[in-house]
Amino acid sequence: MDAFTTLDGLVVPLDRANVDTDAIIPKQFLKSVKRSGFGPNLFDEWRYLDVGEPDQGDVPLGYSTERPLNADFVLNQPRYSGAQVLLARDNFGCGSSREHAVWALLDYGIRVVIAPSFADIFYNNCFKNGVLPFALSVDEVDRLFKEIDVNEGYRLQVDLAAQHVTLPSGETMNFEIDNFRKECKDSMRLLSV
Amino acid sequence: MINCGINAEGASVLYIDRHLVHEVTSPQAFEGLRMANRKPWRVDSVLATPDHNVPTTDRSKGIEETVARIQVETLDNNCEEFGLTEYKMDDPRQGIVHVVGPESGATLPGMTVVCGDSHTSTHGALGALSFGIGTSEVEHVLATQCLIQKKSKNMLVQVNGQLRDGVSAKDMALAIIGEIGTAGGSGYAIEFGGKAVRALSVEGRMTLCNMTIEAGARVGMVAVDEKTIEYVRGRTYAPKPDQWEQAKAAWADLHSDDGAEFDRTVILDGAVIEPQVTWGTSPEMVLPVGGSIPRPEDETDSVKRGNIERALAYMGLDGGQEIIDIKLDKVFIGSCTNSRIEDLRDAAAVINGRQVAETVNQALVVPGSGLVKRQAEAEGLDKIFTEAGFEWREPGCSMCLAMNADRLGDGEHCASTSNRNFEGRQGQGGRTHLVSPAMAAVAAIAGHFVDVAQYIEAQAEGAE
Repeated sequence: MDAFTTLDGLVVPLDRANVDTDAIIPKQFLKSVKRSGFGPNLFDEWRYLDVGEPDQGDVPLGYSTERPLNADFVLNQPRYSGAQVLLARDNFGCGSSREHAVWALLDYGIRVVIAPSFADIFYNNCFKNGVLPFALSVDEVDRLFKEIDVNEGYRLQVDLAAQHVTLPSGETMNFEIDNFRKECKDSMRLLSV
Repeated sequence: MINCGINAEGASVLYIDRHLVHEVTSPQAFEGLRMANRKPWRVDSVLATPDHNVPTTDRSKGIEETVARIQVETLDNNCEEFGLTEYKMDDPRQGIVHVVGPESGATLPGMTVVCGDSHTSTHGALGALSFGIGTSEVEHVLATQCLIQKKSKNMLVQVNGQLRDGVSAKDMALAIIGEIGTAGGSGYAIEFGGKAVRALSVEGRMTLCNMTIEAGARVGMVAVDEKTIEYVRGRTYAPKPDQWEQAKAAWADLHSDDGAEFDRTVILDGAVIEPQVTWGTSPEMVLPVGGSIPRPEDETDSVKRGNIERALAYMGLDGGQEIIDIKLDKVFIGSCTNSRIEDLRDAAAVINGRQVAETVNQALVVPGSGLVKRQAEAEGLDKIFTEAGFEWREPGCSMCLAMNADRLGDGEHCASTSNRNFEGRQGQGGRTHLVSPAMAAVAAIAGHFVDVAQYIEAQAEGAE
């Protein structure tokens, strides 16, 4: 487990507001008594065309070879394969307190979530698991959505110590994170790969 | 409540008085304890009960589904191993954790209360500081009895005036969410005040505080008053007679000072709140029952327009359609929002010997706890429901989140007294409309939504 203070990652845009934790990991997968293995069922109802059940066995991380994929859903588009940064709209992670939502994102490979705002419990849960959530302004997020749309392979460089994200153009956008959480990351290596 | 110090950024170490535990968000926390060779710090602070996964039909054969059964058994085993109090599935006191907590007196005014469940805000109705946490924090509280918390901003939601007959705490909660939005309370703790809130029963206040999380706030509270104290008196874990006067005196201080300043104040007139119905896939997509569904083309903001279009597509509804024209396939009366005895009385009171509509495939009544069920049966409410064609079930979370067998089919519309109308919440492809218990009951009979306040008014006029 390597702590990260910087991350250069491909960005996947999920253009929705109020993405709730039921959507991130549907309830039938909460029956597991483990912390791992949720990645294949991240956004299950949006990602697959069939109804997902928890006992479908181990499938490769992120993709199922057997279940029919919803080709329209953004995570299924080849250009976003291997994304580590998720971009979304307002109030990301609202609803249930299930930490399984963060475990699913992490298991899939998402390390950073960017949105104009987050639901409080989800935001808190991220820091316990090495996922970094941070808010950018509505306009900044909007600009990122537009740039991603027209630039395949769009990446962002996230610098936790400097508290900014660097765009491909070299411009930076600053974000806030309180020192206590940041120190936890640095000293306790919670924000680790 | 002990505040063990505060750092430069306003984070404090909070001592936790009461820790409620259920089967879904605790197994990984107990596993973490074992791996670190730790034991729960204060065994008597924990009260556990299985609720999310339990069947609401005959339980004599146990839980049929293997993964669900393993999860409930894991809770049983963990509670046994660590010596924690658990109301097991076959215990008459078992129920939804947020119904059981206040009912047993396990949650009391002035306590800090946590649970690995976002609807822990419910207990704020008793003047407790109560909020939902994730599994890592469940483990942390088990191990240390403490949490690091940053003080929230304060919001006062003041509801003045008097609610009309047939308008309930649920309608008030939905109207508030309609006003401030599902992210309106993010970063805040909300105090509910004003004449209409004071007039609510303690159970009504639980409904209101329960849905604080749907307004984005982790904490909802109502100041302690005589009703709170009367509610608590005599409950299993409430202070015994020799400490009662002392407890009462301590609780009497649990209110904001007159003229206290809040970071934000929202004022609503209770007298104009109508019975509410959600039409979309977020609790803020809500309207009075007499309303019609928004047309996407009327929305100028492109993000908001997209949200409306997506919600209408999922819900199978059209912009401009009247709420009362929505046809219902199922009705669910239950959940930690609306499954207490007063909720069941409200629902039963508007049935008046009528039958569930033939077009409604299933109408469920799921009491919040075994004790609520027993009380309802003593009052004959179960007969009113079953004679009308409702199914009378065993207590649990049930169709609120459909972790057990109670769920919606693809495309089914449901009038539900639960708290979330998210896509897939009540079953994949299911279409949830959040309403009060009385609204759900009259909708079951009509097969579509009706204004229960108007119905009650007409009944009263007819009786004169």
